[in-house]
Amino acid sequence: MAKYKLPKPGELSSSINYNPPAKDWMDIPVEFKPATYPAAAKEKDLLTVGFPNAHQWTPEDEDWNLPDGWEDTVIKGIEERLSKYRSFKLFMDVCVRCGACADKCHFYIGTGDPKNMPVVRAELLRSVYKRYFTKAGKVLGRLAGARDLDADVLKEWWYYFFQCTECRRCSVFCPYGIDTAELTIMGRELLNLLGLNINWIAGPVAACYSKGNHLGIEPHALKSNIELMIDDIEDITGIRVNPTFNRKGAEILFVTPSGDYMGEPGIYTCMGYLMLFHELGLDYTWSTYASEGGNFGFFTSNDMAKRLNSKIYAEAKRLGVKWILGGECGHMWRVLNQYMDTWNGPADFLEVPVSPITGTRFENAKSTKMVHITEFTADLIKHNKLKLDPTRNDHLRVTFHDSCNPARGMGLFEEPRYVIKSVCNNFFEMPENTIREKTFCCGSGSGLNATENMEERMRGGFPRANAVKYVHDKHGVNMLANICAVDRAAFPALMDYWVPGVGVTGTHELVANALVMTGEKERTTNLRGEDLPGKEGNE
Amino acid sequence: MKAFYSFLAVIVLILVAIIGGSIANLHFFFGIIIPYVAFVLFVGGFIYRIIKWGRSPVPYRIPTTCGQQKSLPWIKQAKIENPTSALGVIVRMASEVLLFRSLFRNTKTELREGENGPQLAYGSAKWLWLGSLAFHWSFLIIVIRHLRFFLEPIPVALQMVDSVDSMLQIGLPQIYITDLLFLAAITFLFLRRVCVPRIKYISLPADYFPLLLIFGIAVSGILMRYFDKVDLISVKELALGIATLHPVLPSDIGAIFYVHLFLICCLFVYFPTSKLMHMGGIFMSPTRNMISNNRMVRHINPWNHAVEVHSYAEYEDEFREKMKKAGIPVEKE
Amino acid sequence: MDSKLKDLLEKKRSELVSKWIDAIISTYPNDPSGMLKNKKDRFENPIGHTITNVTQNLFQALLDEKSFTDCKQLLDDIIRVRAVQDFAPSKAVSFIFMLKNVVREELGKEIRQNQIYEEIFKFESQLDDLALFAFDIYSGCREQLNQLKTDELKRMTFTLLKKANLMSEIPAQEFEHKELKFNL
Repeated sequence: MAKYKLPKPGELSSSINYNPPAKDWMDIPVEFKPATYPAAAKEKDLLTVGFPNAHQWTPEDEDWNLPDGWEDTVIKGIEERLSKYRSFKLFMDVCVRCGACADKCHFYIGTGDPKNMPVVRAELLRSVYKRYFTKAGKVLGRLAGARDLDADVLKEWWYYFFQCTECRRCSVFCPYGIDTAELTIMGRELLNLLGLNINWIAGPVAACYSKGNHLGIEPHALKSNIELMIDDIEDITGIRVNPTFNRKGAEILFVTPSGDYMGEPGIYTCMGYLMLFHELGLDYTWSTYASEGGNFGFFTSNDMAKRLNSKIYAEAKRLGVKWILGGECGHMWRVLNQYMDTWNGPADFLEVPVSPITGTRFENAKSTKMVHITEFTADLIKHNKLKLDPTRNDHLRVTFHDSCNPARGMGLFEEPRYVIKSVCNNFFEMPENTIREKTFCCGSGSGLNATENMEERMRGGFPRANAVKYVHDKHGVNMLANICAVDRAAFPALMDYWVPGVGVTGTHELVANALVMTGEKERTTNLRGEDLPGKEGNE
Repeated sequence: MKAFYSFLAVIVLILVAIIGGSIANLHFFFGIIIPYVAFVLFVGGFIYRIIKWGRSPVPYRIPTTCGQQKSLPWIKQAKIENPTSALGVIVRMASEVLLFRSLFRNTKTELREGENGPQLAYGSAKWLWLGSLAFHWSFLIIVIRHLRFFLEPIPVALQMVDSVDSMLQIGLPQIYITDLLFLAAITFLFLRRVCVPRIKYISLPADYFPLLLIFGIAVSGILMRYFDKVDLISVKELALGIATLHPVLPSDIGAIFYVHLFLICCLFVYFPTSKLMHMGGIFMSPTRNMISNNRMVRHINPWNHAVEVHSYAEYEDEFREKMKKAGIPVEKE
Repeated sequence: MDSKLKDLLEKKRSELVSKWIDAIISTYPNDPSGMLKNKKDRFENPIGHTITNVTQNLFQALLDEKSFTDCKQLLDDIIRVRAVQDFAPSKAVSFIFMLKNVVREELGKEIRQNQIYEEIFKFESQLDDLALFAFDIYSGCREQLNQLKTDELKRMTFTLLKKANLMSEIPAQEFEHKELKFNL
């Protein structure tokens, strides 16, 4: 617990005229309040991936053990990035502080902390940019909104750039399209030059680099995890599915976030994929080397993201597959959609994806050769290739959360909705200004879904939970569907706290529950082992 | 306080201009030299800034997608909010530049608590959109109107703009609608920075200064037209002279004209060094001006350098035994 | 409640509630931007909405002398928010006492004129009880936050636990949310 300031008599309940002078944000030093920030990165994890200035430190320390000349490193880092990214340079210059973005950030809405206004988050960096890179800032200093770079500024960066989920909601409302995610990415790259990452990101990055996935599951363990799911599927459906691993010559490589291999409810989504592919007789393989669709490197630096991402194409090439299918994940698809081809393409050794079941050619993925599973499944359903019994989901009243990245970095809105509506009879949308391109983040994206910052997550996720609560109260919604592994990991806690009674599910768990498989026994339970509606007590 | 500094700066500029306008010896300097210098600095500065931005590449294609992507043929794509064609981008940019599309998003319907449960209400935030739109459009029309001082004969199109703008037919000289709108809009934009706590909190002197400067320009222009009327023939003589690079200095224009002119020159000089460059920047914003065809056409990053990766061979070397034991195929037995 | 005080409270309802809201919002020193107060949309300003909604209804509940069980949901709505906003526990529930001050300041004159001190004392001790009750809810929320961390850890390692055959011993309900129970 932090120092608890003893209140003065009368202070606690006095109500009138307690209005502290509104200070300028530059005059408010950052305060590390417990449960509002993630733990610092471990030295060993940064060393694994060869990051500079790896050292042991904690955010609460007065002295962060910064290397000598760190200011210079940061200023040079800014200079380099200004010359590499037009976005960065432009976004530093063109903001007019119109305030359109100010109240669009879920962290601002949930905390009321003004430094969480996207415009101020950007000013944290912009003020330093002005001081060192513009004439006005050099001459006029504070009057031009400029300030010196010092250790306090750096701490403030760390606190607030690891309190932004790179969700891009503000960018939708900005008249110049200024994208705070872009600035947070730059800010985090600069912090990483000094070894200042967070544990929840650096750990998975190191694991993914050396073992192939964020959770550090080794190949044999990955296989046995999936075998465990296969057993469960057999118990429920009477069918034994038969996936293959690292198989050369398969038509399709399937890549999904590793959250689906181990955690609950992610594994049910994973069982959903297994059942769907088995029913289709798909010629596909899993890979233990490229066993991670997500990319926590993206929350570290673009180079790190590229290093992790390289495995997908490399593995597709080694196995000689024709195209790649990607599972349900949020930031994974921002990376696959907007970065992968540029980083590690061209994928000229692959073919334009064609669904072997419907013959549909995925022209929209003709260069990356990677198709989103909801695109694939929506196409199957549209062509009537699946036998579905939506009544098996009749006990569910479902709403859909648009994950930030597929929403604002891709535009994947209708595909998952079409799939869900085809497998569920009760579907309800949340209010219009909280979905689609205006969707609210889960509050735990971009590597912030650690446990030690639980309170921060609860606040950041409050706007989303609040909208869920609305449909929960109004329509009795009891299931929050999504297409993101971080959502599946983070939402259960958020729902338990704010909207008890609402569960969390991946879209393909719903699909698999409704899927009538050839030769299956009569199902009495869903994938979670819960009784199906009307089948209670059948066993 | 921040607004006060800006106010002070504008007052100083006005005083300088009054001195310049009232001392005949300085007319040549204020009437001809400064405008030329300011114009050169404006154009040069503007181009310099654009080139400076342009020199940094766009390594990744990162449009903010605000609508349905193009995927399966039976799913309707949002061709403007998530454009996959150049035309879509042009329309998207045009709606951004001409109609302030993104600001308009603030005006969506809202669900509010009413007397009898939630009620649909239309947004309060449309004022920013409306105010900015009024400000920018009337500013543009006013600038276009001013071209009549620089052209002889005055093109028909310009005359038409003029007559439409003054169609209220009130007063003599007739009042321009844009003058009224402009003053109202700029007052609104300023007041919101002073009165709305959230906006006040984020505002810097660099936000108040241009507003006050432009306000000064507008007021001096209006004073000149409707109240302390200046000799328009002389003004035109000066303007035409400057435009044709044969500057002549008419004898008696009036000090207020010099205030107007000097403030405009200040704006010209200030423009490229400031946030006002959003005028050029908006066209270059990668989240808006890129075609959202990421998975269809590969985007090239000019500095796409090689990075160290963990290869499959290294991976297999580490886990070969475990993989074999688990029945996972390996390259080297 | 004595009808005189009740009449007064009813008459001044909107002033009292609005002052109360102001007082609560003033405990958010980090809201120099005035978002909590001024933004009306319940989805874009959920905290402000909660505060407004709860104060209005709680005020009514006090007037009607509803039982605490009826106030539970309202208190829960607001305390749940304050429990994650790094307020000290005392400060998190202090908002109830704020109504005392508001009533004293707003109705001071009338109280003196009508000599209804007795009723005021009663009203205030009603608020005291409510605050104690609120504290129970607060502790519940805090406990739940810890529980969430444990639950999350269990979910994350679900497969591991299952592999180690630990899962079969833990009944499935363990993973479902447990509504916090108050012994009343």
